[in-house]
Amino acid sequence: MEKTAHKSIRTSLSRKIFNICNITLMTLLTLSCLLPLVYVVAVSLSEKYYVQTGMVTFWPKGFTTAAYEYLLGKEPFWNAFFMTVKVTVLGTAVNLLMVMLTAYPLSKTNDRLTGRSIYAWYFFITMLIGGGLIPTFVLVFQLGLRDTIWSLILPDALPIFNMVLMINFFREIPVELEDSARMDGAGPLRILRSIYVPLSKPAVATIALFCMVGHWNAWFPGMIFIRTAEKRPLQTYLRSVIIQMDTSQFMGEDYGLLSMLADSSLKCAQILVAILPILCVYPFLQKYFVKGIVLGGVKG
Amino acid sequence: MGMKKGMNMSRKKKISKLRRELPLHLMLLPGIVVIFIFHYIPMAGLVIAFQRFQPAKGLFGDQQWVGLGNFEYLLSLPNTMSALRNTVVIALWKIALSLVIPICTAILLNELTNLRFKKTVQTVIYFPHFVSWIILGSILIEILSPSSGIVNKFLGLFGAGPYFFLGDNRYFQGTLIVSDIWKNFGYGSVVYLASITAIDQNLYEAAAIDGAGRLRQTWHVTLPGMRGIIVLMMVLKMGDVLNAGFDQIYNLYSPVVYETGDVLDTLIYRLGLGNAQYGPAAAAGLFKSLISMVLISVSYILADKLFDYKLF
Repeated sequence: MEKTAHKSIRTSLSRKIFNICNITLMTLLTLSCLLPLVYVVAVSLSEKYYVQTGMVTFWPKGFTTAAYEYLLGKEPFWNAFFMTVKVTVLGTAVNLLMVMLTAYPLSKTNDRLTGRSIYAWYFFITMLIGGGLIPTFVLVFQLGLRDTIWSLILPDALPIFNMVLMINFFREIPVELEDSARMDGAGPLRILRSIYVPLSKPAVATIALFCMVGHWNAWFPGMIFIRTAEKRPLQTYLRSVIIQMDTSQFMGEDYGLLSMLADSSLKCAQILVAILPILCVYPFLQKYFVKGIVLGGVKG
Repeated sequence: MGMKKGMNMSRKKKISKLRRELPLHLMLLPGIVVIFIFHYIPMAGLVIAFQRFQPAKGLFGDQQWVGLGNFEYLLSLPNTMSALRNTVVIALWKIALSLVIPICTAILLNELTNLRFKKTVQTVIYFPHFVSWIILGSILIEILSPSSGIVNKFLGLFGAGPYFFLGDNRYFQGTLIVSDIWKNFGYGSVVYLASITAIDQNLYEAAAIDGAGRLRQTWHVTLPGMRGIIVLMMVLKMGDVLNAGFDQIYNLYSPVVYETGDVLDTLIYRLGLGNAQYGPAAAAGLFKSLISMVLISVSYILADKLFDYKLF
């Protein structure tokens, strides 16, 4: 009796120590993800002197919104920003349409769609092998899509992986619903629109969010296909001004305000404005994506 | 007569079935066309690997064939073998750590008793996954700078450094691997956490009655409960052995660290789009595509055999 009591006290003590270590470790992990962002915020809001002498850590020093004021009037940034908004909206719409149109027939059993397995293989093979960068690049040129918004949308108009997610969701829907709708004279498009899509809202939301984030973050197609500076999407633009440090961005611009802020502050302000939309959809991402990635994680 | 009539009937049946299915086939058409243009044509376009390709004449144009000349040229380049080696080394490290770290994180997250804290940790740690490598690359360049970066300043407090993480061949691969894990471990841990939550709670109670402490419970209940998804993820990650992460590396590397940081994808990009050497670049691409195809096929076959895992 005494012995067990002693043991349970010991376990609870070791348990306590474990809990403290665990909470500390988890806090450190969380901080490792949070602090870089806090640092970026702090630098974007600090005065030039403090930034250049490296005195800013996780709190703004010499608080100023000069970087944001400067950014507000910076036309190339907003050109790129709205180009990306356009690509994201149009691209996501095209993705969703293609995914649903294709996933619906493929979710049927073999006896309801003649040649289903041939179609499935046709799409599946593209997950195993692709042409890669060079032929795709040459093809987009040859099709005359270079320097158009379509070069950023069409090559990945049908994201196969998302389509597979959609198929798996559609399969969960009882076939009786479809059969009774067909008895009432509804065609496949109608059935897709008024039964399948509403019933797979979480999947549609997940895929829409994945596509949106994907388009928002895309930079490579913009870099290789878009020549005109005004048509460059935001991430491509940011790459050229931040990572390549292209100073021509400052040509013929107002040096008054610029001379008052550190280069780093401006970079950080741009970074934050570019992250902002992701932060805005983040609550929705959280709501849907656990289900989405669990399915996605399990399904490839 | 009767037989003929029967045949007519079945043919009629077939025709009416096809007619009923016709809308379904039409729905597939846009997808088929897009995939044909942007996936199958480039696949066939890999013939560039055997040509002295002149863009003006176009894909499938009247190009000059050079046999295996482009492959010989690739092998004669000093970077090719080191790029291949870097690719495999970086990718294998990323694959291994992207399994171990999220699994450990998920197990530890599951031990947290304060639900609010647990939720907060989760919310923060998977955020970097959704941020592009352009943004994260910019932030990394900023905070890892040897002169003004906050990381070196922090290490300086302990008398260490400064380290030129992105410009020193001794640290570059490590920086790539760690920062990639940092970006994605939170996202991965959510998948594993979901599989832990699915484990039958009675198993833990039974283990506790048998006198197993938390550590033994983790070893004998949690890990076996996750075995399915762990092995499945391992198998499915096999296909990434030649994907070292172009988005990340291209935005972080510089000629100083080509020796340790140049990988197949960056080499292909520089050869093809930088130097307009389409043939050799496509040859490297073909090599990568073929090896990856074998690896991915094997991984799917294994996943199917071991777990009855079917993609479609």
